[in-house]
Amino acid sequence: MSSSVPPASECTVELRGVRKAFHGQPVLRGVDLRVRRGETLTILGGSGAGKSVCLKHMIGLLSPDSGRIWVLGTEVTRLRESAWVPIRRRCGVVFQSSALFDSLSVFENVAYPLREHLDLGEDEIAQRVAGSLDAVGLPGAEVAVRLPEELSGGMRKRVGVARAIALEPELVFYDEPTTGLDPANARRIGDLIAELARRLHVTSVVVTHDLELCFAVSDRIALLAAGRIAAEGSVDEMRASQHPAVRAFLEGSHEGVAGAAEEEADGS
Amino acid sequence: MNGALTTRLGAGVIEGVERFGDFMLLVGRTLRALARRRPPLAETLRQMEAIGVRSTAIVAVTATFTGMVFSLQTAFAMARFGAKPYVGGVLALALLRELGPALAAVMFAGRVAAGITAELGSMQVTEQVDAIRAMGADPVQKLVLPRVAAAVLSLPLLTVFADVLGIAGGLVVASTQYGIPAHFFMRTVTYNATVDDLVSGIVKTFFFGAIIGWVGCFMGLATHGGTVGVGRATTRAVVTSSISVLIADFFLTKVLLAL
Repeated sequence: MSSSVPPASECTVELRGVRKAFHGQPVLRGVDLRVRRGETLTILGGSGAGKSVCLKHMIGLLSPDSGRIWVLGTEVTRLRESAWVPIRRRCGVVFQSSALFDSLSVFENVAYPLREHLDLGEDEIAQRVAGSLDAVGLPGAEVAVRLPEELSGGMRKRVGVARAIALEPELVFYDEPTTGLDPANARRIGDLIAELARRLHVTSVVVTHDLELCFAVSDRIALLAAGRIAAEGSVDEMRASQHPAVRAFLEGSHEGVAGAAEEEADGS
Repeated sequence: MNGALTTRLGAGVIEGVERFGDFMLLVGRTLRALARRRPPLAETLRQMEAIGVRSTAIVAVTATFTGMVFSLQTAFAMARFGAKPYVGGVLALALLRELGPALAAVMFAGRVAAGITAELGSMQVTEQVDAIRAMGADPVQKLVLPRVAAAVLSLPLLTVFADVLGIAGGLVVASTQYGIPAHFFMRTVTYNATVDDLVSGIVKTFFFGAIIGWVGCFMGLATHGGTVGVGRATTRAVVTSSISVLIADFFLTKVLLAL
């Protein structure tokens, strides 16, 4: 593949040969991945496989040791922090720990990106915050005045989603959205991701090890193992796949995934 | 054996230099952020309340008791030269030039550097700092600038407060323990201490405030390793900022005396 060719316009995110090591330990060993416009792509993998590291490269919280990255038509591989601002303005990120600001109310948390990027009056901000909270199933003024510490884990996660979609992004990243939630709340978050994708026509990238969520929301799935994308395909393709790493992951053997992926990589 | 020791020493030196470099980068980024946009006013005021106003009690107690014990000790010692009544002048010079700024700064370092590091460190390990960046905002502009500005503006005010209370504490002890009349004590204060003495002490505290604010922010943002990491970073912030203030004190005093 010629690495100087810019990504096709139907791709919102593209990674080519991305490598990253921490303290000499390689985590990503050449990740190639394309996210198409409008789809929900899930990056599946066991803990420590480098899924979150991969996602952090897509929003510029980490930069690669080598390889190239494009986001929303711009090459971001070596982008300065200030040049990221217009790109991040078009993205929303839902963090694993929700990452709500403890010192701010739910309302102010959701209003944060609006205040940062738009010059709106208080009325309009209130309207848009209410709209975002409504979209994640937290309507009413009662929740908006609470502090994050007064919310349950599931509610915090939903406020995190409301904050991520406040600016009506084209691209939403979800980092382990169901981690730490009970099954009912996890399903709810899954429904929410699918509904937002449908209703707002956003491109979504979901990073998870949760198979149920993965099958519920994905258009396509990419399996990350041993620092590379071991396999990718539609939900049906992945379910039917005979790829040893995919089989190992679906059957719940995480060690098997990495082992199978490494063998595959060595063999090819 | 010797080789291993040298290697460890070398690694330690390199790490120290790297950290200092990172610290100076943060200082540079803060100054650039300040040049681009003025600090967020509301947040700076909120920080002045949190780190300035709430430090008054600890500074007041420290300054008052230091003035009292200074008076106690100095009058006792000066009695040997028959100079006991002049304790007020000595106390005023010591407080304005050195004790007020240094003590206020060390207490401020303990309270404020720890507070800033614990807060920013917790934000770092719970991804809140990442969230600020991911939303296209600048953590230096949002978090560091208002805290450093608040520290720089608060410490000089606290020092004036410490100077006044220290002299008051000394006066009470001198008059009750040694029978030095209050008006005589105050006359030795005003006769010996000049505005220059006050200014030379206050000038230093702008630098101390900046050091404390920046060290607190730097240690907070450099936190890693979960809640254990927050504890470690907080301890390091208190130690580093207190020692830095005392070292800076010596060199600043040397420069100010040469002017």
